[in-house]
Amino acid sequence: MTSTKKTKTVKWGDEPKLGWVEAMYLPAILSGVGTALKHAFSGKTTTRQYPEVEPTIPPNYRGVHRLNRDEAGRVKCVACYMCQTACPANCIEIIAAPAPKDDPLWKDRDKYPETFTIDELRCIYCGMCEEACPVDAIELTSIYDLTGLTRQEMIYDKEKLLSVYDETVDSGNDPIRTNRGALGPASVEATTAKQGPPPPGRGRHG
Amino acid sequence: MFEYFKEIWPTLWPTLAAIGVILAFVPFLGLYMTFVERKLAAFVQDRLGPNRVGPFGLFHAIADAIKLFLKEQTIPAHVYKLLYFIAPTFSLMTAMFALVVMPFGPVPTEYISGFRYIVAPGIDIGILMMIAISSLSAYGIILGGWASNNKYSLYGAIRSCAQFISYEIPLGLSIIGIIAAAGSLNIEQIVAAQGGPFWNWNMFWQPVGLLVFFTSALAETNRLPFDLPECEQELVGGFHTEYGGIKFVLFFLAEYTHVITVSFLTSLLFFGGWHFPGLTGPVDSSLGGMLLRTFVLVFKVAMVVSFIMLLRWALPRFRFDQLMGLAWKGLIPLGLVNLLCVAVVLTLDLPKHLLAFTAIFIFIGSLISARQLQFTINRPRSAGRPSMAHVTSEVTL
Repeated sequence: MTSTKKTKTVKWGDEPKLGWVEAMYLPAILSGVGTALKHAFSGKTTTRQYPEVEPTIPPNYRGVHRLNRDEAGRVKCVACYMCQTACPANCIEIIAAPAPKDDPLWKDRDKYPETFTIDELRCIYCGMCEEACPVDAIELTSIYDLTGLTRQEMIYDKEKLLSVYDETVDSGNDPIRTNRGALGPASVEATTAKQGPPPPGRGRHG
Repeated sequence: MFEYFKEIWPTLWPTLAAIGVILAFVPFLGLYMTFVERKLAAFVQDRLGPNRVGPFGLFHAIADAIKLFLKEQTIPAHVYKLLYFIAPTFSLMTAMFALVVMPFGPVPTEYISGFRYIVAPGIDIGILMMIAISSLSAYGIILGGWASNNKYSLYGAIRSCAQFISYEIPLGLSIIGIIAAAGSLNIEQIVAAQGGPFWNWNMFWQPVGLLVFFTSALAETNRLPFDLPECEQELVGGFHTEYGGIKFVLFFLAEYTHVITVSFLTSLLFFGGWHFPGLTGPVDSSLGGMLLRTFVLVFKVAMVVSFIMLLRWALPRFRFDQLMGLAWKGLIPLGLVNLLCVAVVLTLDLPKHLLAFTAIFIFIGSLISARQLQFTINRPRSAGRPSMAHVTSEVTL
């Protein structure tokens, strides 16, 4: 072997030589069978009986989206297109409209999403929409078992996303995560009390 | 014609009944061995295993069978059709055929009328025929690998061929010692010779024979750690890559039938067959004695089957050169030495259990030979490497 300086970076390891006992294979075989037997009769299992016992989902899990509501029950989204721009999978489609000024409910709002559609099949659940949102309107929930029979029913519109909010907000496992409070820029973050993480060790269905 | 039929009926029906029992039980047993294997594998790996269909998942095997039988019969366009269809059939046929001379319950050494736990009792070449037929199963695998017209399948078949040829020899060598001691090739005679106290079982005075026999028999079944012909990581599925549905089932069933055969052979030849402490005399024809002996034999077989399944999760697969080395450098010399010792003991009429002590010396001898062989097997790797090291060292890291 050439003994240059550089060869020090290459380390050759030879196989350990078998001793007399190891060369017989038998002790190794017996200890292997012993290990297998020990596990077979240990009675321990790592299997989770999934449909009967739901797994514990961590609070930062990225599942199905929801659109949050503000205190007045309106959709929090201000149709700024930030999430649509941030989305790497192009699964969000928003059509904005001016807020109805004559309606007293909407008089403090300039703009709102007329439609807000997320293709849940296209989404890669990266959570960048959640991070991009300046008003904490879009959030990912811990719903992990999303299924459907058609592609059409997996395209969630605004009403569906709001209904996901209504279903999950009081379920205990999906509190409002990025609660920066009132409408407006994210700069008011510090003024509102942060909500603590949900109690650990609880499944989605409690 | 009818008169003739009536005349042979008393000798015909026990044979037909035994054939019926084998044809009914072996596929069923094979089916449920998959279930037991899955469960055992799960327990060894700290899992629960199949538990969805039926109580404790007992109907999983049936669900599997239904699924496999109803699958679409895909025939790849590039296969040799005739051989492609013959191979799985031949594989299962030879595996089942080997069971003809195998007692699956107590069989007395003299001929009896009525139901017998064997298809062909009193065959004087019993064990020889069994070995001969079961080595035919290499044909099924080789045909399957060739007919698939696919490199990986052919590799599997070639490996299987080499494996079968190599392991036939120690298999035969290890049995010769037993045949010599029993003085007969007849399996019933061999079992009867192990009667009396339990230390008369062959395993207690021919442990080396047991070791060689069990290892080579395991290799003949193509199961881990000897499943080179079908190893998934290297050869996709080996010889049965191109087979699906019912044709795959036939290959699979053949493998499990082999496991059953090997387990029965090990129990009959080495573990005393249907003998058990307290149940040592010659076979009587009372129903209770028959059932008890059948239970003893089946229990021993179940133990061997579980051990084979357990070995699967305890041992890694052999590399091919290790496989060949084990047969030619390990098992064949060991078998020869064992045979020599048995011959000396029998010729000089020494006490049999002297062999159990010689087993220790045989092991030490094999250790020394293994130590010698090591220098050829494990030569220092760096000897073959300098050029490679040079090349690598040129690359600045």
